[in-house]
Amino acid sequence: MNLIVLLKMVPDTVEELNVASDGKSLDSEYLRFKLNDPDEHALEEALLLKERAGGKVTVVALDAPEVDDALFMALAKGADRAVKIPADQASLGTVATARMFATFLASGGGQITPDTLVLPGSQAIDDLEGEVAAYLGEALSLPYVGVVSSVSPVNGKVVVLKEFSGGMRGEFEVTLPAVLGIQSAEKPPRYVPVAKVRAVMKSAKIETADIAPPESAKALAVERMYKPEVAGRAQILEGTPEDIAVRIASLLAERGII
Amino acid sequence: MSTGILVLVEHLKGTMADITFEMLGVGRKVAAAQGGQVHAVLLGKNVAALATRLGAADSVLLADEPSLEQSSAEVIVPLLQQLMAQKQASLVLLGGTNASFGLGVQLSARMKVPFVNFCKGARVEGGSLVLTSQLFSGKILSDVKLADGKGIVSIYPGAFPAEAGRSDKTPPVEKVAVPPGSPKVVFKRYIEPDTSDVDITKQSVLVAVGRGIQNADNISLAEDLAKTLGGAVCASRPVIDQGWLPLSRQVGKSGMSVAPKLYLALGISGAPEHCEGMKGAQLIVAINTDPKAPIFDVAHYGANADCLEIIELLKEAVEKKKTK
Ligand SMILES: Cc1cc2nc3c(=O)[nH]c(=O)nc-3n(C[C@H](O)[C@H](O)[C@H](O)COP(=O)(O)OP(=O)(O)OC[C@H]3O[C@@H](n4cnc5c(N)ncnc54)[C@H](O)[C@@H]3O)c2cc1C
Repeated sequence: MNLIVLLKMVPDTVEELNVASDGKSLDSEYLRFKLNDPDEHALEEALLLKERAGGKVTVVALDAPEVDDALFMALAKGADRAVKIPADQASLGTVATARMFATFLASGGGQITPDTLVLPGSQAIDDLEGEVAAYLGEALSLPYVGVVSSVSPVNGKVVVLKEFSGGMRGEFEVTLPAVLGIQSAEKPPRYVPVAKVRAVMKSAKIETADIAPPESAKALAVERMYKPEVAGRAQILEGTPEDIAVRIASLLAERGII
Repeated sequence: MSTGILVLVEHLKGTMADITFEMLGVGRKVAAAQGGQVHAVLLGKNVAALATRLGAADSVLLADEPSLEQSSAEVIVPLLQQLMAQKQASLVLLGGTNASFGLGVQLSARMKVPFVNFCKGARVEGGSLVLTSQLFSGKILSDVKLADGKGIVSIYPGAFPAEAGRSDKTPPVEKVAVPPGSPKVVFKRYIEPDTSDVDITKQSVLVAVGRGIQNADNISLAEDLAKTLGGAVCASRPVIDQGWLPLSRQVGKSGMSVAPKLYLALGISGAPEHCEGMKGAQLIVAINTDPKAPIFDVAHYGANADCLEIIELLKEAVEKKKTK
């Protein structure tokens, strides 16, 4: 199979996020970036498919802080090819990003063969305009399913599981080529030792594909960005960990829970 | 300006989802400010009976066909596109749910109108619709304006009151035809959650662990505490994705909705997708090392502490209380 995984770097929400002085964007000064969680799962699912059904895994990303690390990491995990499109991800909205990927895939860069699966992560946490996966399906006129948690090749098609609510899942049969937004892989993303990534950095190369950004980059103009008012509903229990534990135990006893 | 508003009705296996009423409430609010009609779009297999519950809409546009069971974007999007034209609708409200995932994006691309994701606030301001979205797992809010009110909006579940979209009225029903086609995405069957180990929706005490529990070995500590409290362990998505606990233990948007007497959240940040599944708990106690974690906005009691430390101490404290 021709497996194409799209990767995106997103701000790490473990760090404090602040709004920039323009009041319309994130303050990038202290931002730390990490690979979007679902994208890491998309890569894992692609690697699992390659192991089971054979094929080639290509990872593609736009330029963003620390993106080279993510691309090398993907190669170290078993991806065959890594491509960077040298356009600044931050300046493009979701729609423009999807158009660039679509151009890449339609040009010689990616090539949609009859056994192609394009695997972006289901969603990114900063995606105000939506999901790249669905835009790509539309732009490339390919069938699309989102929130996918399992993919199995069966008779030239794939059978996928999509998550609904309440732990319910639906099984769908999808004709290839197709775009699947991956939410989680069937197995936890594999771990690769840092030494291996370092070795790959020395031996492998990231290709670049020059693709001009589309004209109107952002479809939606943000009027204002701000932090939510802390509702602060929780009453905070202070003291040493021992004090806290005893307070909680008392609360539970008062309410007849224990 | 055309001001028809379409609301895509959400239901799963014959049950209406609350998000439907939440969306109808938003639709009514916008229609009250800007004029126009609210149309509920009801698509599926054996769904006609659900129409009677959609009285908050001015009309129900119904397509009830076997082929529409869990039909995918390639069927629904062209249908919505056709209905937008027919009803001169400028605004389409969709549920921010897994079921509707991707529909808004594709519809917006076709109609060349903006798509707004994660919407949890809406107000009409001088003829424009101003929408508030939550980004970065609820840590940042962003306001966007839909000039002339045109757009496709994905409504965050639980953000708007469902009551505003309920009504005893019987709405007129109009049948719509589904264009024939041979879809490339075909629904096969539902796979029910496996609750053979523990049904977390039936527990009165839940010890919930998140990424802050750090590794698989620590799960057993939480299990010991749950046993002492007479409950079970559940988890946020990353813990399930790591394979530390089975899928049946996941709480949230894709997992279970729970409402226990006690929900003890250990090392869970409180992302909207998680809170969706637990905010109905009677008592929520959160332990998190980050004083700004959003979980403290939904918790009744909280503490800034290392959950690994608290787990052991709390177990001892509870055992002491019990023997007294
Ligand atoms: C379509 C979709 C569906 C989703 N469905 C679900 C769902 O059903 N359920 C779900 O949970 N999520 C779901 N998510 C994911 C959700 O957005 C969050 O990523 C997830 O809930 C975060 O889990 P977490 O709080 O465990 O991890 P994090 O957000 O990483 O938070 C970990 C927290 O632990 C704290 N911490 C770290 N160490 C300690 C310590 N020693 N002691 C105490 N605290 C500590 C940190 O301060 C942090 O707040 C979904 C996302 C999408 C896009």
